[in-house]
Amino acid sequence: MPRTLFDKVWDAHVVEKLEDGTCLLYIDRHLVHEVTSPQAFEGLRLTGRRVRRPDATLAVTDHNVPTSDRSAGIAEPESRLQVETLEQNVAAFGVPYFPLLDARQGIVHIIGPEQGLSLPGMTIVCGDSHTSTHGALGALAFGIGTSEVEHVLATQTLLQRPAKNMLVRVDGTLEQGVTAKDLVLAIIGHIGTAGGTGHVIEYAGEAIRALDMAGRLTVCNMSIEAGARAGMIAPDETTFAYIEGRPYAPQGEAFQRAVEYWRTLASDEGAAYDKQALLNAADIAPMVTWGTSPETVVPIDGNVPDPAEIVDEAKRADRERMLRYMGLAPGQALAGLPIDAVFIGSCTNARIEDIRAVVKIVQGHQVAPNVRAMVVPGSGLVKLQAEAEGLDKILLESGFEWREPGCSMCLGMNPDKLAPGQRCASTSNRNFEGRQGPGGRTHLLSPAMAAAAAITGCLTDVRELA
Amino acid sequence: MEAFSTLTGIAAPLPMANVDTDKIIPGRFLKTIKRSGLGVHLFDQLRYDETGAERPDFVLNREPYREAGILIAHDNFGCGSSREHAPWALLDFGIRCVIAPDFADIFHGNCFKNGILPICLPRAVCDTLMEDAQLGANARITVDLVRQVVVRPNGEEIAFEIDPLRRTMLLEGLDEIGQTLGHAPSIDAFEARRQQEQPWMPVIPLV
Repeated sequence: MPRTLFDKVWDAHVVEKLEDGTCLLYIDRHLVHEVTSPQAFEGLRLTGRRVRRPDATLAVTDHNVPTSDRSAGIAEPESRLQVETLEQNVAAFGVPYFPLLDARQGIVHIIGPEQGLSLPGMTIVCGDSHTSTHGALGALAFGIGTSEVEHVLATQTLLQRPAKNMLVRVDGTLEQGVTAKDLVLAIIGHIGTAGGTGHVIEYAGEAIRALDMAGRLTVCNMSIEAGARAGMIAPDETTFAYIEGRPYAPQGEAFQRAVEYWRTLASDEGAAYDKQALLNAADIAPMVTWGTSPETVVPIDGNVPDPAEIVDEAKRADRERMLRYMGLAPGQALAGLPIDAVFIGSCTNARIEDIRAVVKIVQGHQVAPNVRAMVVPGSGLVKLQAEAEGLDKILLESGFEWREPGCSMCLGMNPDKLAPGQRCASTSNRNFEGRQGPGGRTHLLSPAMAAAAAITGCLTDVRELA
Repeated sequence: MEAFSTLTGIAAPLPMANVDTDKIIPGRFLKTIKRSGLGVHLFDQLRYDETGAERPDFVLNREPYREAGILIAHDNFGCGSSREHAPWALLDFGIRCVIAPDFADIFHGNCFKNGILPICLPRAVCDTLMEDAQLGANARITVDLVRQVVVRPNGEEIAFEIDPLRRTMLLEGLDEIGQTLGHAPSIDAFEARRQQEQPWMPVIPLV
């Protein structure tokens, strides 16, 4: 029977099938960070259990670390305690770790692919919902809770029921100024924030194939915003070229053998999907969210929808609440909306390609007065690469802050937060109420669009700047 | 994990869709290394104003819902972040059952690990239960996992579905890791076979 990419990776990892269809699934790679792991290690300690496969596990701090100079340590006591707790745990349990001052430190979903730790055909988990990112390489990668973190540490497996298959096919080519971020926002707008619930989305079609790895990582990253368990893209020459030579990737003959296997992973002709969505890339414009769910997205030349037109009472009330929170009126144009802050970073858009895209727009311009604009690279290596290319200087001269790597203002755990009522053009992945700071208002968009907003001081169609 | 068999308690109505886990517990409260004590931050932004004072109109700030043991919500409850702090906060507040038309996958799974029962029921049934939950002191609902029924205040019973394995785990309060470790020989065999088939699979040396 023809199988999908997901079916193949799933089947290859079933250790045992239990009576009701639940499977014991083997996990190849476990990424651990400071926020969702302390209680898991505590659980191991209380039960006298060990980490089964430290050599399949990597720990790093990213969620709550400051993005200012860190050479003198972390000032905030709670964050410091969490980081120190992780350091004690990795030492006690013998888990490989990239320390905060190591150039390889960074956002867990940036460094996995960057280091060649995330590979096609693997099962990859992390106590973070954006683990879906790694699916861009053709891995089955998904977020788990802390109890499951403990389960994987102790057993290198998880109890899982197979997800359903969903195909999202995007034909055609993206227009100039339209990026992978716009593409995935358009997909989420199309299928809805629960459109992928219970499914693993496979992204396919000409527009997906044409994306570089950075773009594919951005698309898969946001699968969870459509409710999907994971997002996957079949590995191809783009994937193999990206992986070759990375520090932890197989080398030489081992790499060739791996590629041979990876080539077998693509979905078979005639494989069945439980659900499908079809989009045309040519129809997609630069996108921006207006509400507090990633599905509330419109093209930049669009307007805030009128809740009065919604028949379903609960949904109408939901949308009205969003408008109140966001300080917007029905019918209002998004373009021209003044902003207070610009955040360029997060596991969605903090790769070197994203920073280059920003520099391309801001070069020769200044950040608008009264706008705080920051760029937070995804890893120490991304930062070094950008500095080697002189991108940091251009950004600093334009009035951007150039910061140390971490999750930063994506989730408001570290000191990088919005003040109540502040409006932010953000390249991150969630526009939930209070996500970037209590009362903060988030508009999700692409790095190029965020750069355009930084210069003009308001939401702007990047195509009109170029 | 505490076992779950039957629960009778006040059901609180939360007629909102897409209640994300940031809403259940904002990121800034995740800087803890413990599981306990998060109940005070449950629904922080909905529950407290800028000064930290309770918002009197929020359901869990009103009697008898301060004692709620069950929550009735709309679609896609628990979407967003995988933070298990969300079920920990619910549990610490005293909520051990959430009833909604559907749940986000990760949150749904996290509930079972903590002795919280998430129940999916059709939208129309949830709307009925939402009305029941408006009954104040009479908003008492019973959730019977043994018989797989929800009992409305008027005594009417509503059947619900649940994965058999998850039901057993909850009913017996089983340690899932302990169960899985019972399969250690299978895991050993799987690893040995993988090592043969995929010798190129890289490991991470301790540096």
